[in-house]
Amino acid sequence: MANKAYQRVYTQLEAITKATVSLNCKGISNDELAIVNGKLSQVVKTKGDTVTLQVFAGTEGIPTNAEVRFLGAPPTLNVSDQLSGRFFNAYGQAIDGGPEVEGEERQIGGPSVNPYKRRQPSELIPTGIAGIDLNNTLVSGQKIPFFADPDQPYNQVMADVALRADVDKIILGGMGLSNDDYLFFKHKFENAGALSKIVSFVNTTEEPPVERLLIPDMALTAAEYFAVDKNEKVLVLLTDMTLYADALSIVSNRMDQIPSKDSMPGSLYSDLAKIYEKAVQLPTGGSITIIAVTTLNEGDITHAIPDNTGYITEGQLFLRADSDSGKVIIDPFRSLSRLKQLVQGKKTREDHSQVMNASVRLYADAQNAKTKLENGFDLSDYDLRCLDYAKEYATRLLSIDVNITINEMLDTAWELFSKYFSKAETGIKQVFIDKYWKN
Amino acid sequence: MNSTGKVTGIVSNLVTVETVGPVAENELCYIDLAGTKLLAEVIKVSGKKASVQVFESTRGLKNGDDVEFLGKMLEVTLGPGLLSSVYDGLQNDLTTMEDVFLKRGEYTDPIDRKKLWSFVPIAKEGDKVIAADWLGEVKEGWLPHKIMVPFSFKGNYTVKSIIEKGEYTVDTVIAVLTSESGEDVNVTMTQKWPVKIAIKAYQQKPRPQKIMATGMRIIDTFNPIAEGGTGFIPGPFGCGKTVLQHGIAKQGEADVIVMAACGERANEVVEIFTEFPELIDPHTGRHLMERTTIICNTSNMPVAAREASVYTAMTICEYYRAMGLRCLLLADSTSRWAQALREMSNRMEELPGADAFPVDLSAIISNFYSRAGVVILNNGETGAVTFIGTVSPAGGNLKEPVTESTKKAARCFYALEQNRADQKRYPSVNPIESYSKYLEYPEIQEYLEKTIEKGWIEKVLKAKNIIRKGKEAQDQINILGDDGVPMSYHETFWKSELIDFILLQQDAFDSVDSLCPLPRQKKMLNLVLDICDKEFKFDNYEDCRKFFKEMINILRQMNYSKEASEEFTNYENTLSNLLESYGK
Repeated sequence: MANKAYQRVYTQLEAITKATVSLNCKGISNDELAIVNGKLSQVVKTKGDTVTLQVFAGTEGIPTNAEVRFLGAPPTLNVSDQLSGRFFNAYGQAIDGGPEVEGEERQIGGPSVNPYKRRQPSELIPTGIAGIDLNNTLVSGQKIPFFADPDQPYNQVMADVALRADVDKIILGGMGLSNDDYLFFKHKFENAGALSKIVSFVNTTEEPPVERLLIPDMALTAAEYFAVDKNEKVLVLLTDMTLYADALSIVSNRMDQIPSKDSMPGSLYSDLAKIYEKAVQLPTGGSITIIAVTTLNEGDITHAIPDNTGYITEGQLFLRADSDSGKVIIDPFRSLSRLKQLVQGKKTREDHSQVMNASVRLYADAQNAKTKLENGFDLSDYDLRCLDYAKEYATRLLSIDVNITINEMLDTAWELFSKYFSKAETGIKQVFIDKYWKN
Repeated sequence: MNSTGKVTGIVSNLVTVETVGPVAENELCYIDLAGTKLLAEVIKVSGKKASVQVFESTRGLKNGDDVEFLGKMLEVTLGPGLLSSVYDGLQNDLTTMEDVFLKRGEYTDPIDRKKLWSFVPIAKEGDKVIAADWLGEVKEGWLPHKIMVPFSFKGNYTVKSIIEKGEYTVDTVIAVLTSESGEDVNVTMTQKWPVKIAIKAYQQKPRPQKIMATGMRIIDTFNPIAEGGTGFIPGPFGCGKTVLQHGIAKQGEADVIVMAACGERANEVVEIFTEFPELIDPHTGRHLMERTTIICNTSNMPVAAREASVYTAMTICEYYRAMGLRCLLLADSTSRWAQALREMSNRMEELPGADAFPVDLSAIISNFYSRAGVVILNNGETGAVTFIGTVSPAGGNLKEPVTESTKKAARCFYALEQNRADQKRYPSVNPIESYSKYLEYPEIQEYLEKTIEKGWIEKVLKAKNIIRKGKEAQDQINILGDDGVPMSYHETFWKSELIDFILLQQDAFDSVDSLCPLPRQKKMLNLVLDICDKEFKFDNYEDCRKFFKEMINILRQMNYSKEASEEFTNYENTLSNLLESYGK
């Protein structure tokens, strides 16, 4: 952080916790930054003359006589085209050995877009993955997380999606990323020759957890620069939001706040919404699409973090290891794209939505048959057909290693329908049956 | 001279103010942040210290900053021009703000002061009037918008003068009233009302007499909501809460719709103001937006204004109700409002109740639901506010404080179920758990029997019973296996599936199926029940399944076809042929 002309310096701390320090001082503004013993901190509470600062890097080694310098402003990021292709830490400082970015200094975590100035998202983002394109179509301006257990290849899928998507900029916000995953992203982007359109803000597991709290705002300030100022289509990748929420709970705990469900702060919903709601389709053509990762504990989506996320985001993509096909699939039951109907049948073929619903319904029938099988009952002819269908459906359409066009996905689904079922069993509108049924 | 104060403490949007002079609970104040005025509301006073919740971000605020109290509570401006508007939770007009980003301290007028309205007087000179009496009328779109004696007027007044028919702006004095003490008061087309206080300028609040049709079978047929009734929709995320609510907004039989987007996604609001101007109200043939007001405090907007947004929306509904109109208020979601209360209570370090919610949550919710209802106005006309709120239970678990508190207050319960949503059985309203208390109201029963057909209630209960029995049969089949149960179990199960697929499920995205008027609901229920009445003798369960699947397919195609169309009749014939061929 650059030194400012006017700085106030204090040297007497009143209280220290693992994440915060408090001291007596006057004229301090809310959200202002300070340097405590060389560590960046931010004002989170004032009460009379007592000011509480959150120390991002943790308070280890901070003595009561530490020097506290107030910087007079909230955290900022320098924005300009020079951001492209660069890697930064949570404070927006370059970590790739390159020069500091010159540009306009902007406060991060700025105001929201006036909802009336938004436009309805309507542009399809094809990914080649049928579990997404066919069942849970993505739309620009959407915000959607992957829900995945820690052992699933969510970062790989996300990188694939990002590189296949037709966007102008990709902004990676990595929170608690392992060094291996950080290098994975770096190499994947480099190998794809896409580095020039990528900006990365990375906090690795080697760095203090509270620092992560700055990552989404940094990434989204950069995204807003490209989307609002430059009218570009921007895709923001945030991984892993569960680690972000964990950092929130650390801070609220240190501030003696009463925890709500799962020891998360009561403001978790608002805190997450502030980030995800930055996704926007602007009238000028620019857009911010957010794809995030929320890791789960053994698929438990009732935990406060995935639960609040689900209420904020426009759907979720649920990764699951499928034992029938031996592949990682995008679970058609638990996954959802709330914006899919804005493009299905409009930007894609007319039969899209009916084919999607029928194929999922039949897959559900297969799950019932499976339950019967597990309970040791005889299966009917229909049950057996369902099971065969489910296996092929999972392998050819739900698996994350699929990469085909949407029309190919629809044709594949019709092929499976006619292979395993009668027309009536699909329950699809007659006009589409007449047109697309494969004899 | 208003009271003043200085900021002495800040935690997020909770600010402590050292006050000079008296302050009232819920009084508003402006906090001066380097020239920008941030609106805030007093939520607690303790000695000279007032705790205020700020309706904006407090970034950059300092201890010692000046505070000016306004001597009034949060109010809305009521007058012609509220319909088709998009407001924030504090009734700022979002459409007249120029910047792409919301600016702190930017407050816009909710009403267009320049627009001319053609006014027609109703009251005459010398008339005795009281609060909420109609003085005149303007046309707001196609709706007769009554200009009333302001609700805050106490006692009797005499109309001293009233302006002639003509074109006027809202600020024109349209009448002069003389109070009992002989004082003359000017009345314009607008008035203000504090949002947290219910408008009670009416004769009485009777029990609801009729139902509000929504075109959705699971509601109108199975769990009807009364006009002036209350209902709520709890459900985990992804179960179709929003789609269901938008469906009700599009098709609900009401004159005025107010949608409070409370702490929800901004894109959902965008969907409303993008689609509603294009969509046609099925009851009047007018554009939907003409009867709709949107109050939005989306999830990224200041938390404190979230609570205000539902009250603002309710007050606007009550205003139109006083004109003898039927209003529908949809709030999505009341859980976000409860969470906003929790955040503040938490910052004030109050002792928490269950799940850290404030202990008076239940009282606040039931107080709010009680503002809905049918009223008989001073002049004998009736008006209604129907309220449907959604609840977003944490983890989809209905045993949580907001759901439980709401269940005590609301009369209809539409429980959305994850399992049904997973199977794409939309709307995913659980047919067994859900209920409408109104089905037990003698007034409503009489109304249904009269407007739909005699014996209707019995038929509905019968259909519900078939679903219940089907569920039991299904459980038995799952436990004992297809071969382990008598054939009749399969038949019972498939009859319930028939009702599920044809009556309960409805395609919200199909232009025909999405809207099912009452006569058509009657036809379909009768058709399905006739089939359920038949005793089939299947040789094996495979035949049973096949037969019902075929029938379900035909009936589904009927749902997708326009009524009385050739297609529809063809399917009807195919169906009766199928039934006959079985008989032989």
